[in-house]
Amino acid sequence: MELTPTQKKRYNRHLILDGFGKEGQQRLLQSKVLIVGAGGLGSPVSLYLAAAGVGTIGLVDGDQVSLTNLQRQVIHTTPDVGRPKVDSAEEKLKAINPDINIVKHEIYLSEDNALDIIHPYDFVIDGTDNFATKYLVNDACVMLGKSFCMGGINRYAGQVMTHRPGTACYRCLFPEPPAISEVETCAMVGVLGSIAGMLGTVQATEAIKCLIGVGEPLFNALLTFDALTMNWQRFEFPKNEGCALCGKHPTITRLKEYAFQPCSKKK
Amino acid sequence: MDININNRKTSITSTNLQELAQEMSLPEKGVAVAINNQMIPRTEWADTPIADGADIVIIKAACGG
Repeated sequence: MELTPTQKKRYNRHLILDGFGKEGQQRLLQSKVLIVGAGGLGSPVSLYLAAAGVGTIGLVDGDQVSLTNLQRQVIHTTPDVGRPKVDSAEEKLKAINPDINIVKHEIYLSEDNALDIIHPYDFVIDGTDNFATKYLVNDACVMLGKSFCMGGINRYAGQVMTHRPGTACYRCLFPEPPAISEVETCAMVGVLGSIAGMLGTVQATEAIKCLIGVGEPLFNALLTFDALTMNWQRFEFPKNEGCALCGKHPTITRLKEYAFQPCSKKK
Repeated sequence: MDININNRKTSITSTNLQELAQEMSLPEKGVAVAINNQMIPRTEWADTPIADGADIVIIKAACGG
Protein backbone atom coordinates (compact mmCIF):
# COMPACT_ATOMS: atom_id res chain seq x y z
CA MET A 1 0.00 0.00 0.00
CA GLU A 2 1.59 3.23 -1.20
CA LEU A 3 0.94 6.44 0.70
CA THR A 4 -1.07 9.02 -1.24
CA PRO A 5 0.35 12.55 -1.64
CA THR A 6 -2.10 13.75 1.05
CA GLN A 7 -0.98 11.02 3.42
CA LYS A 8 2.67 11.88 2.78
CA LYS A 9 1.87 15.40 3.91
CA ARG A 10 -0.37 14.46 6.82
CA TYR A 11 2.11 11.99 8.29
CA ASN A 12 5.26 13.90 7.33
CA ARG A 13 6.54 14.21 10.92
CA HIS A 14 6.29 10.44 11.32
CA LEU A 15 7.85 9.76 7.91
CA ILE A 16 10.97 11.76 8.76
CA LEU A 17 11.20 10.32 12.28
CA ASP A 18 14.11 7.94 12.91
CA GLY A 19 12.81 4.42 13.52
CA PHE A 20 9.32 5.27 12.18
CA GLY A 21 9.36 6.20 8.49
CA LYS A 22 7.18 4.97 5.68
CA GLU A 23 7.16 1.37 6.91
CA GLY A 24 6.00 2.40 10.38
CA GLN A 25 3.25 4.60 8.96
CA GLN A 26 2.07 1.88 6.60
CA ARG A 27 1.95 -0.53 9.49
CA LEU A 28 -0.15 1.91 11.56
CA LEU A 29 -2.54 2.46 8.67
CA GLN A 30 -3.09 -1.29 8.47
CA SER A 31 -3.47 -1.74 12.25
CA LYS A 32 -6.63 -2.29 14.24
CA VAL A 33 -6.80 -1.04 17.81
CA LEU A 34 -9.71 -1.59 20.17
CA ILE A 35 -10.27 1.00 22.88
CA VAL A 36 -12.42 -0.27 25.74
CA GLY A 37 -14.02 2.76 27.38
CA ALA A 38 -14.48 6.10 25.60
CA GLY A 39 -13.97 8.09 28.80
CA GLY A 40 -11.07 9.73 30.60
CA LEU A 41 -8.35 7.48 29.19
CA GLY A 42 -10.16 6.56 26.00
CA SER A 43 -10.43 10.24 25.02
CA PRO A 44 -6.70 11.04 24.70
CA VAL A 45 -5.87 7.54 23.47
CA SER A 46 -8.39 7.69 20.64
CA LEU A 47 -7.57 11.29 19.70
CA TYR A 48 -3.86 10.53 19.36
CA LEU A 49 -4.29 7.18 17.65
CA ALA A 50 -6.68 8.73 15.15
CA ALA A 51 -4.27 11.58 14.47
CA ALA A 52 -1.40 9.09 14.12
CA GLY A 53 -3.28 7.20 11.43
CA VAL A 54 -4.16 3.92 13.11
CA GLY A 55 -6.27 2.49 10.28
CA THR A 56 -9.09 0.99 12.31
CA ILE A 57 -10.11 2.17 15.76
CA GLY A 58 -12.79 0.22 17.60
CA LEU A 59 -14.60 1.92 20.47
CA VAL A 60 -16.48 -0.06 23.12
CA ASP A 61 -18.74 1.90 25.44
CA GLY A 62 -22.41 1.52 26.28
CA ASP A 63 -22.58 4.81 28.17
CA GLN A 64 -23.89 8.26 27.28
CA VAL A 65 -22.03 11.51 27.83
CA SER A 66 -22.91 13.18 31.11
CA LEU A 67 -22.00 16.58 32.52
CA THR A 68 -19.63 15.10 35.14
CA ASN A 69 -17.63 13.43 32.33
CA LEU A 70 -16.58 16.72 30.74
CA GLN A 71 -14.00 17.62 33.42
CA ARG A 72 -11.64 14.99 31.96
CA GLN A 73 -13.18 13.20 28.98
CA VAL A 74 -11.92 15.74 26.46
CA ILE A 75 -13.25 14.06 23.33
CA HIS A 76 -16.79 14.96 24.43
CA THR A 77 -18.19 18.49 24.46
CA THR A 78 -21.05 20.22 26.23
CA PRO A 79 -23.52 19.80 23.36
CA ASP A 80 -22.76 16.05 23.43
CA VAL A 81 -24.36 15.52 26.86
CA GLY A 82 -26.91 12.72 26.53
CA ARG A 83 -25.43 11.31 23.30
CA PRO A 84 -23.89 7.84 23.16
CA LYS A 85 -20.17 8.20 23.86
CA VAL A 86 -19.25 6.14 20.81
CA ASP A 87 -21.21 8.53 18.53
CA SER A 88 -19.69 11.62 20.10
CA ALA A 89 -16.18 10.16 19.87
CA GLU A 90 -16.60 8.94 16.31
CA GLU A 91 -17.55 12.41 15.12
CA LYS A 92 -14.38 14.01 16.57
CA LEU A 93 -12.09 11.23 15.39
CA LYS A 94 -13.40 11.39 11.83
CA ALA A 95 -12.98 15.17 11.82
CA ILE A 96 -9.35 14.75 12.91
CA ASN A 97 -8.58 12.09 10.34
CA PRO A 98 -10.95 11.00 7.56
CA ASP A 99 -8.41 8.30 6.56
CA ILE A 100 -9.38 6.02 9.39
CA ASN A 101 -12.18 3.58 9.94
CA ILE A 102 -14.13 3.78 13.22
CA VAL A 103 -15.98 0.72 14.46
CA LYS A 104 -18.54 1.47 17.15
CA HIS A 105 -19.51 -1.11 19.75
CA GLU A 106 -22.27 0.62 21.71
CA ILE A 107 -22.34 -1.95 24.46
CA TYR A 108 -20.50 -2.74 27.68
CA LEU A 109 -17.82 -5.39 27.39
CA SER A 110 -19.01 -8.54 29.15
CA GLU A 111 -17.99 -12.16 29.50
CA ASP A 112 -20.52 -12.97 26.78
CA ASN A 113 -19.20 -10.61 24.10
CA ALA A 114 -15.54 -9.92 25.02
CA LEU A 115 -13.87 -12.65 22.96
CA ASP A 116 -15.89 -11.87 19.83
CA ILE A 117 -15.38 -8.12 20.11
CA ILE A 118 -11.63 -8.30 20.81
CA HIS A 119 -10.82 -11.05 18.32
CA PRO A 120 -10.37 -8.98 15.11
CA TYR A 121 -8.03 -6.42 16.68
CA ASP A 122 -4.22 -6.25 16.84
CA PHE A 123 -3.96 -4.30 20.08
CA VAL A 124 -6.32 -3.43 22.93
CA ILE A 125 -6.37 -0.40 25.19
CA ASP A 126 -8.03 -0.72 28.56
CA GLY A 127 -9.53 2.62 29.50
CA THR A 128 -12.27 1.26 31.74
CA ASP A 129 -13.33 2.63 35.08
CA ASN A 130 -13.86 -0.54 37.10
CA PHE A 131 -11.92 -3.62 38.16
CA ALA A 132 -14.43 -6.11 36.77
CA THR A 133 -13.89 -4.91 33.21
CA LYS A 134 -10.11 -4.51 33.67
CA TYR A 135 -9.83 -8.18 34.66
CA LEU A 136 -12.17 -9.11 31.84
CA VAL A 137 -9.97 -7.26 29.30
CA ASN A 138 -6.85 -8.86 30.78
CA ASP A 139 -8.28 -12.38 30.79
CA ALA A 140 -9.85 -12.18 27.33
CA CYS A 141 -6.68 -10.73 25.78
CA VAL A 142 -4.45 -13.39 27.35
CA MET A 143 -6.81 -16.14 26.17
CA LEU A 144 -6.83 -14.71 22.64
CA GLY A 145 -3.09 -14.00 22.58
CA LYS A 146 -3.62 -10.25 22.11
CA SER A 147 -1.31 -7.45 23.20
CA PHE A 148 -2.80 -4.73 25.37
CA CYS A 149 -2.03 -1.72 27.51
CA MET A 150 -3.80 -1.45 30.85
CA GLY A 151 -4.17 1.88 32.64
CA GLY A 152 -5.68 3.03 35.91
CA ILE A 153 -6.04 6.44 37.54
CA ASN A 154 -7.49 7.84 40.71
CA ARG A 155 -7.04 10.98 42.82
CA TYR A 156 -3.68 12.38 41.63
CA ALA A 157 -2.00 9.13 40.60
CA GLY A 158 -1.83 6.73 37.69
CA GLN A 159 -0.38 3.37 36.73
CA VAL A 160 0.12 1.62 33.41
CA MET A 161 1.51 -1.65 32.06
CA THR A 162 1.75 -3.27 28.63
CA HIS A 163 1.40 -6.94 27.76
CA ARG A 164 2.22 -9.05 24.77
CA PRO A 165 1.86 -12.82 24.67
CA GLY A 166 4.53 -14.39 26.86
CA THR A 167 5.02 -11.41 29.17
CA ALA A 168 3.46 -10.74 32.57
CA CYS A 169 -0.27 -10.06 32.67
CA TYR A 170 -2.24 -7.87 35.08
CA ARG A 171 -2.99 -10.91 37.25
CA CYS A 172 0.76 -11.61 37.61
CA LEU A 173 0.88 -8.32 39.51
CA PHE A 174 -2.56 -8.19 41.08
CA PRO A 175 -3.86 -11.80 41.12
CA GLU A 176 -7.36 -10.71 42.14
CA PRO A 177 -9.26 -7.44 42.34
CA PRO A 178 -9.40 -5.77 45.75
CA ALA A 179 -12.31 -6.51 48.04
CA ILE A 180 -15.27 -4.27 47.22
CA SER A 181 -14.85 -2.44 50.53
CA GLU A 182 -11.31 -1.45 49.50
CA VAL A 183 -12.19 -0.15 46.04
CA GLU A 184 -11.96 3.55 45.45
CA THR A 185 -13.65 4.63 42.24
CA CYS A 186 -13.19 8.07 40.70
CA ALA A 187 -16.83 8.76 41.52
CA MET A 188 -16.02 8.17 45.20
CA VAL A 189 -12.63 9.83 45.67
CA GLY A 190 -12.32 12.07 42.64
CA VAL A 191 -9.63 12.34 40.00
CA LEU A 192 -7.60 15.23 38.68
CA GLY A 193 -8.86 15.58 35.11
CA SER A 194 -5.50 16.29 33.53
CA ILE A 195 -3.96 13.02 34.71
CA ALA A 196 -6.28 11.18 32.35
CA GLY A 197 -4.30 12.95 29.64
CA MET A 198 -0.96 12.06 31.26
CA LEU A 199 -1.80 8.39 31.43
CA GLY A 200 -3.81 8.16 28.20
CA THR A 201 -0.97 9.59 26.12
CA VAL A 202 1.36 6.98 27.65
CA GLN A 203 -1.10 4.29 26.56
CA ALA A 204 -1.36 5.72 23.04
CA THR A 205 2.44 5.83 22.84
CA GLU A 206 2.72 2.23 24.03
CA ALA A 207 0.20 1.11 21.39
CA ILE A 208 2.13 2.87 18.62
CA LYS A 209 5.45 1.43 19.85
CA CYS A 210 4.03 -2.09 19.85
CA LEU A 211 2.37 -1.70 16.45
CA ILE A 212 5.42 -0.39 14.62
CA GLY A 213 7.93 -2.35 16.70
CA VAL A 214 10.07 0.41 18.16
CA GLY A 215 11.55 0.94 21.61
CA GLU A 216 10.89 -0.94 24.82
CA PRO A 217 7.22 -1.05 25.79
CA LEU A 218 6.24 -1.54 29.42
CA PHE A 219 6.43 -5.33 29.21
CA ASN A 220 7.00 -6.96 32.62
CA ALA A 221 6.88 -3.49 34.12
CA LEU A 222 4.48 -1.12 35.84
CA LEU A 223 4.94 2.61 35.36
CA THR A 224 3.42 4.75 38.09
CA PHE A 225 3.22 8.46 38.62
CA ASP A 226 2.16 10.77 41.39
CA ALA A 227 1.13 14.10 39.91
CA LEU A 228 1.55 15.91 43.25
CA THR A 229 5.28 15.22 43.41
CA MET A 230 5.61 14.46 39.68
CA ASN A 231 7.51 11.31 40.60
CA TRP A 232 7.42 8.72 37.82
CA GLN A 233 8.68 5.25 38.71
CA ARG A 234 9.11 2.10 36.67
CA PHE A 235 8.88 -1.19 38.55
CA GLU A 236 10.01 -4.43 37.01
CA PHE A 237 8.04 -7.60 37.64
CA PRO A 238 8.49 -10.96 35.93
CA LYS A 239 5.75 -13.17 34.59
CA ASN A 240 4.44 -15.11 37.57
CA GLU A 241 4.73 -18.84 36.87
CA GLY A 242 2.06 -19.37 39.53
CA CYS A 243 -0.39 -16.96 37.82
CA ALA A 244 -3.90 -18.44 37.73
CA LEU A 245 -4.35 -17.15 34.16
CA CYS A 246 -0.99 -17.28 32.35
CA GLY A 247 1.16 -19.43 34.69
CA LYS A 248 2.27 -23.00 34.28
CA HIS A 249 -0.92 -24.52 35.67
CA PRO A 250 -3.72 -22.04 34.92
CA THR A 251 -6.99 -22.40 36.79
CA ILE A 252 -8.76 -19.63 34.86
CA THR A 253 -9.46 -21.19 31.49
CA ARG A 254 -12.68 -19.47 30.49
CA LEU A 255 -14.24 -16.07 31.13
CA LYS A 256 -16.29 -16.16 34.27
CA GLU A 257 -18.67 -13.80 36.00
CA TYR A 258 -17.04 -10.42 36.44
CA ALA A 259 -20.02 -8.92 38.19
CA PHE A 260 -19.77 -5.45 36.73
CA GLN A 261 -23.05 -3.59 36.94
CA PRO A 262 -22.91 -0.23 35.22
CA CYS A 263 -23.99 2.21 37.92
CA SER A 264 -25.32 5.68 37.41
CA LYS A 265 -23.21 6.97 40.30
CA LYS A 266 -19.97 6.70 38.34
CA LYS A 267 -21.18 9.22 35.78
CA MET B 1 14.73 -0.21 61.87
CA ASP B 2 14.24 2.69 59.52
CA ILE B 3 13.16 2.17 55.93
CA ASN B 4 11.51 4.29 53.25
CA ILE B 5 7.91 3.47 52.47
CA ASN B 6 6.52 5.37 49.50
CA ASN B 7 9.32 7.92 49.90
CA ARG B 8 8.58 8.50 53.59
CA LYS B 9 11.03 7.49 56.29
CA THR B 10 9.27 4.96 58.52
CA SER B 11 10.31 3.00 61.59
CA ILE B 12 9.20 -0.62 61.52
CA THR B 13 9.62 -3.71 63.67
CA SER B 14 9.00 -6.23 60.84
CA THR B 15 11.92 -8.19 59.44
CA ASN B 16 10.26 -9.52 56.30
CA LEU B 17 7.56 -8.38 53.88
CA GLN B 18 4.88 -10.67 55.24
CA GLU B 19 5.29 -9.16 58.71
CA LEU B 20 5.34 -5.68 57.23
CA ALA B 21 2.05 -6.34 55.42
CA GLN B 22 0.53 -7.24 58.79
CA GLU B 23 2.17 -4.31 60.56
CA MET B 24 0.77 -1.94 57.90
CA SER B 25 -2.61 -3.74 57.79
CA LEU B 26 -2.40 -4.12 54.01
CA PRO B 27 -5.48 -5.67 52.41
CA GLU B 28 -5.16 -9.19 51.08
CA LYS B 29 -5.92 -8.31 47.48
CA GLY B 30 -5.17 -5.47 45.10
CA VAL B 31 -1.85 -4.44 46.60
CA ALA B 32 1.65 -4.94 45.18
CA VAL B 33 4.93 -4.30 46.98
CA ALA B 34 8.29 -3.41 45.46
CA ILE B 35 11.69 -3.36 47.11
CA ASN B 36 14.30 -1.27 45.32
CA ASN B 37 12.08 -1.04 42.21
CA GLN B 38 11.59 -4.82 41.96
CA MET B 39 8.07 -6.14 42.52
CA ILE B 40 7.88 -9.02 44.98
CA PRO B 41 5.01 -11.51 44.43
CA ARG B 42 2.87 -12.02 47.50
CA THR B 43 3.85 -15.68 47.60
CA GLU B 44 7.46 -14.60 48.30
CA TRP B 45 6.70 -12.01 50.97
CA ALA B 46 7.42 -14.33 53.90
CA ASP B 47 10.83 -15.19 52.42
CA THR B 48 11.80 -11.64 51.58
CA PRO B 49 13.83 -10.02 54.36
CA ILE B 50 13.82 -6.25 54.78
CA ALA B 51 17.20 -4.57 55.12
CA ASP B 52 17.79 -1.37 57.05
CA GLY B 53 17.27 1.62 54.72
CA ALA B 54 15.34 -0.40 52.13
CA ASP B 55 13.20 1.51 49.65
CA ILE B 56 9.77 -0.04 49.72
CA VAL B 57 6.87 1.03 47.55
CA ILE B 58 3.34 -0.11 48.21
CA ILE B 59 1.11 0.16 45.16
CA LYS B 60 -2.65 -0.15 45.26
CA ALA B 61 -4.36 -1.18 42.04
CA ALA B 62 -6.16 1.86 40.55
CA CYS B 63 -9.38 1.26 38.68
CA GLY B 64 -10.29 4.71 37.38
CA GLY B 65 -10.38 5.48 33.70
